[in-house]
Amino acid sequence: MDNNRKLTHLKELEAEAVYVLREVAEQFERPAILFSGGKDSIVVVHLAWKAFYPAKIPFPLVHIDTGHNFAETIRYRDALVKRLGVELVVGSVQESIDKGRVKEETGYNASRNKLQTVTLLDTIEKYRFDAAIGGARRDEEKARAKERFFSHRDEFGQWNPKNQRPELWNIFNGRKNMGEHFRVFPISNWTEMDVWQYIYQEKIEMPSLYFTHRRQVFERDGQWLAAEPCMKLKPNEEVVEKEVRCRTIGDITCTGLTLSHAHTLEEIIDEIAATRVTERGGRADDKRSETAMEDRKKAGYF
Amino acid sequence: MELLRFTTAGSVDDGKSTLIGRLLYDSKSIFEDQLEAVETASRSRGNEELNLALLTDGLRAEREQGITIDVAYRYFATPKRKFIIADTPGHVEYTRNMATGASTADLAVILVDARHGVLEQTVRHTYIAALLGIPHIVVCVNKMDLVDFSQEVFSKIEQDYLAMAEKLPVGKITFMPISAKFGDNVVSSSSNMPWYNGGTLLNLLETVPVGHDLPQQPLRIPVQHVIRPISDKFHDFRGYAGRLCAGTLHVGDSVTVLPSGKRSTVESLWFADKRKEETFAPESVTVCLSDDIDISRGDLIVRSDEPQPVTSQDITMMVCWLREDKLQLGKRYLIRQATAETVGMVKEIEYKVDINTLEQLKGVSELNANDIARIRIRTAQALVFDSYTANRTTGSVVFVDPDTNDTVGAGMII
Repeated sequence: MDNNRKLTHLKELEAEAVYVLREVAEQFERPAILFSGGKDSIVVVHLAWKAFYPAKIPFPLVHIDTGHNFAETIRYRDALVKRLGVELVVGSVQESIDKGRVKEETGYNASRNKLQTVTLLDTIEKYRFDAAIGGARRDEEKARAKERFFSHRDEFGQWNPKNQRPELWNIFNGRKNMGEHFRVFPISNWTEMDVWQYIYQEKIEMPSLYFTHRRQVFERDGQWLAAEPCMKLKPNEEVVEKEVRCRTIGDITCTGLTLSHAHTLEEIIDEIAATRVTERGGRADDKRSETAMEDRKKAGYF
Repeated sequence: MELLRFTTAGSVDDGKSTLIGRLLYDSKSIFEDQLEAVETASRSRGNEELNLALLTDGLRAEREQGITIDVAYRYFATPKRKFIIADTPGHVEYTRNMATGASTADLAVILVDARHGVLEQTVRHTYIAALLGIPHIVVCVNKMDLVDFSQEVFSKIEQDYLAMAEKLPVGKITFMPISAKFGDNVVSSSSNMPWYNGGTLLNLLETVPVGHDLPQQPLRIPVQHVIRPISDKFHDFRGYAGRLCAGTLHVGDSVTVLPSGKRSTVESLWFADKRKEETFAPESVTVCLSDDIDISRGDLIVRSDEPQPVTSQDITMMVCWLREDKLQLGKRYLIRQATAETVGMVKEIEYKVDINTLEQLKGVSELNANDIARIRIRTAQALVFDSYTANRTTGSVVFVDPDTNDTVGAGMII
């Protein structure tokens, strides 16, 4: 043991993320974890459990519910909250629509993805959260590749990517004025592969959506989408049953499904190692323009 | 697998982003949809060839202006290692972002344009890399294709660089002639430069020793957070949560808590629900002690039998000023060091470094953005620290302006 004190990259990334979560607990008064039901936020919750054990996770989970979630996502969320004994706060996009805060998009590609931003910012304001912890990773997307661990948001919830605070070493500066908040990304430095290898190493239970299952689907713009009631089919689109799994989980309208035979974590890891397309290659929300993610992030998106 | 964190630096248009694009492209770390997006974006900009810089210049303003404003982090792996790249900006006004990217790096790749040689930004970035204690510098002389792959040009730059670096506390330096645009000596050896046989950049990145002597250093655990569950099962549990920035700790070790100097013994070590017999840097851990002593965030746990850090209110350091608001003598700044925070005042600017000549300028009373200087501060509470060269965590300090909440300066304790 003595000459062999070296951390694997997963252990090092874990230690870094735990450090960040503990900083959040100290530097903010009302932090919360943004929980989407996807693998990244599941890993963040697991890391938070590890960081504060044997105490409870000192943050509530916040779920921005578009109303177009897979039923499995909601079931997994509720079971997780119960097991950990943490508080759950749900921000409902449907409620924002009903109140007239946002207008539903129309047309075949209508999605509530963009509307979530308003619901998210309203929820942050309502509960006076001063830090929102997210599972975003820098390898996901080119605008996210630029983001700090502690990322400042002004009183309008906006990100100013041209003038971010210097963030040297592991000294994180969470100071802010009233009404401003921070987004914090403990797994900034993880790749998709790291996340799956970590899930495997830690034996984290995952929603069934990530494993191959038979589902009613249809093809649009080269992507398989779930044929759920919230999806409006074009006349030429045909529903078929396929063996698919989710590589990322957003809401139904923007989650592309992968044709796959991966039934186990090992098989998922093999599949990712061989793939030539990024995980967000299946996300319709990123394809709206060249800088779609940056534009949404500036406005206050996750 | 091992992790290597490296950064790229150099002057504007030296081809940093192109080099990273090339590394990712040739190591097959770019996915089809990313490539497609870059192809489309290159075409719509009228670029005749694939513009690899568009892979990392992800912000709208960067793509419009064709420059890098902020650090982009990129990830790739080869069968030998995993890499985290911090691609940093070359413009002098974004030096703060260069320093952000370089502060956590194990290695710096500094690019020099073969046509222009060593420039002011080359010197500035080398100086900052040296100050930040990056142990290994690789100088890539880029755009060799534009100087007919000339050995003379390469040797001249090597000599100029060494003459400059002589005056700096730089670690190991390696020189390499490359063409990021065409891939010479990045991932594959170049047939255009038979006079060079020093290996490729990727080969060096895969084999350079990563400084893993942290567990052998004296133990330092800055306390982040006190864990007190107050539950039936863990009624009396009181754990000190922190990340070891150096050293190794065992159950039963005698420890001293600073600055109070109180002593105790390690009763148990925890990470999540697992008890551990030993923990070493850079692990995160929870420490329980056998005595009920007063410990809070900002305190430092050290081993009683190892070299002790310094406790003082008067601290001398090299500082790199990061913001347009000038460093003012006598102004109160928030000083952050490891997990401690106090108020401090700059008492004296001993000298400022002239980045062109590397001479020390005396009699300076304020610092501007991107200035590097040696200063003396006094803090309201004593800080517990090591020199930066001994410990990158307990030896570093960040200045926060209480008027703007912004991070304005980075200090490395001498």
